[in-house]
Amino acid sequence: MATAQVIRNPARLEPWQDPKAVPYVRIEKVTKRFGDFVAVDDVSLSIYRNEFFALLGGSGSGKTTLLRMLAGFERPSEGRIFIDGVDMTEVPPYERPVNMMFQSYALFPHMSVEQNVAFGLKQDRMPAAQIRDRVAEMLALVQLDRFAKRRPHQLSGGQRQRVALARALVKRPKLLLLDEPLGALDKRLREKTQFELVNLQEKLGITFIVVTHDQEEAMTMSSRIAVMNQGYIVQTGTPTEVYEYPGSRFVAEFIGDVNMFEGRVVEDEPDHVLIRSDEAGCDLYINHGVPMPIGTQVSVAVRPEKVLLSKDPPPDGGGRNATRGIVREIAYLGDASIYIIQLHTGKTVRVTAPNVTRRVDMPLTWDDEVHLSWRPFAGVVLAQ
Amino acid sequence: MSRNGFLPLGDRMSGGNPPGVPAFLSTAAAAVVALLRRVGLWGRGLVIAAPYLWLFLFFLVPFLIVFRISFSDAVIAQPPYSDIVQLLEDTDLEQWKLQITLNLSTYLRLLTDDLYIYAYLSSLKMAAVSTLLCLLLGYPMAYAIARAKPSMRGPLMMLIILPFWTSFLIRVYAWIGILKANGVLANMLGAVGLVDSNWELLYSDVAVYIGITYSYLPFMILPLYATLEKLDPVLLEAAADLGCKPWEAFLKVTLPLSLPGIVAGSLLVFIPAVGEFVIPELLGGPDTLMIGRVLWNEFFSNRDWPVASAVAIALLLFLVVPIMVFQYVQARQQDGEERR
Repeated sequence: MATAQVIRNPARLEPWQDPKAVPYVRIEKVTKRFGDFVAVDDVSLSIYRNEFFALLGGSGSGKTTLLRMLAGFERPSEGRIFIDGVDMTEVPPYERPVNMMFQSYALFPHMSVEQNVAFGLKQDRMPAAQIRDRVAEMLALVQLDRFAKRRPHQLSGGQRQRVALARALVKRPKLLLLDEPLGALDKRLREKTQFELVNLQEKLGITFIVVTHDQEEAMTMSSRIAVMNQGYIVQTGTPTEVYEYPGSRFVAEFIGDVNMFEGRVVEDEPDHVLIRSDEAGCDLYINHGVPMPIGTQVSVAVRPEKVLLSKDPPPDGGGRNATRGIVREIAYLGDASIYIIQLHTGKTVRVTAPNVTRRVDMPLTWDDEVHLSWRPFAGVVLAQ
Repeated sequence: MSRNGFLPLGDRMSGGNPPGVPAFLSTAAAAVVALLRRVGLWGRGLVIAAPYLWLFLFFLVPFLIVFRISFSDAVIAQPPYSDIVQLLEDTDLEQWKLQITLNLSTYLRLLTDDLYIYAYLSSLKMAAVSTLLCLLLGYPMAYAIARAKPSMRGPLMMLIILPFWTSFLIRVYAWIGILKANGVLANMLGAVGLVDSNWELLYSDVAVYIGITYSYLPFMILPLYATLEKLDPVLLEAAADLGCKPWEAFLKVTLPLSLPGIVAGSLLVFIPAVGEFVIPELLGGPDTLMIGRVLWNEFFSNRDWPVASAVAIALLLFLVVPIMVFQYVQARQQDGEERR
């Protein structure tokens, strides 16, 4: 899966690497139960100032419940939540220094765009002149100045999304919570808005926590991702870490596409590991050691774009990380193609390759016999 | 073929002769259909025409009859009013003349006699107070039902509608038993030592307020429930997120968004309450002055049909204004929903 990450300002620190950094949001052993159902199960997280943090998971993974507990709409059954060092566990939503952008946007239908954005400021008893300036500034920022007098129902989906964003940002919260902020937008608009959101976040210096089920969205925008499943946090890390070094089968399969080869450890040295896999039809050589005894059953994850296809045998054909198969399906995407290859062992493998040449000149076609190979760093060993 | 996509009944009738139908009948039917089509009364037109016909026959015609009576003189006869239209024969000129006599004194009397003005004002006041009481009682009830579990909403609404299964008159009579001296209420309050046993609420304005509020409460709750149920609870979360305490969120979000329901419910209570006759007659005291009672007295005690008719017409004119407000609000609400 081709995922574009917004390249972030390199001068920016990675506070989670700094042991002295004080987290801005601290979630401590938080559990939330609804009756017998455990929506969030013993979650601990530290989120730092100016982070763009994504909670990624499928439906029912507990990501939205966690976000709602940060906003104050749900109270944790156990555990505590600190924002900027203050215990917020029992503080009602209207007293939290936090604003939220709702998935359905939740714009007030009886108010104009302007009134919607001004709502929070009026609530703070800000002088009218100041409110006017702030609202105008905010509407300019989200490019909605021309629509100030319109009612929400007179706006398009993208415009409503921006009103919701403006309304959440206008109070200049230190922490902004976004619940599936791009979920209701079409693909093109979504991509455009992703970049806008990141730029806005960097410009305003606000900590963003975004809930999403869309891994591409999480990869593109966030500084770090917490992958959630069934109320747990399965893995936390930068988009690269989570994609390149998934800690579990679940993460490997949830984020992007992956080929899984079952096998058993036959050689384990500090600098490499060799795994014999009947499924792959070859030995899998990985250039890092794993703390697993010889003979352990493991899975090896290889991303589709890391597999090379060729008609001729790969030059370094030591029988490692190299196997053969037959092209069964080709999906032409324009910039790249997806090949479904059936190995001689019967296993089906997915390979993506950029279309370096024009499609008509492509040397590979259906039912061709092909060689598959990958580099020693491509595989990731996962315990079963 | 039918333009509107309705069953092309007319085409079939004018085309072939269905078996078992005498030829002259199908010919006649085809002629009627052709005629109706010519005047545009077919398909959709016919469906729309039906309620208009109903309103014409049972509302406009009686109204015109009453309107005519209001301009006539009261006479001791059968019927007890003069005819305002007379055909006169001028024997000298050998001419026929149609003479229309409009007696305006009935309307003048409404304006000059304090009784009517007081009765109108009193009715408006009683209706307004009752509407307010219905609103204050009905809003929390409608809100609670709208926020109840979805499986509970149906049964709760059923409980609101349930009283309609008993005759209105019987339910008002039941209040006599509750409110009278030595009645249920007096005995209960007497048992606690709050009042003595001769105390009664019956035959007072308070009793009428209780009666009207009780009878019309469902008409307030139904439209309120309809608007409150549609209100997305996420809007309240958004308000809380932006700094509203629960009561502020209610005032700034719930209340304005339920305004159409408030207007509809208030008018559904207010309009019939102004002309209410049965409740003040049964529960009210001799001083309870309401236009419905005045109307009844003019008709049946005084047998002054022209004045009674004028009272009815004036009442109608009084109510046209709120009805038009109601129409306007409803049209605007529907408009808003379509655009949403």
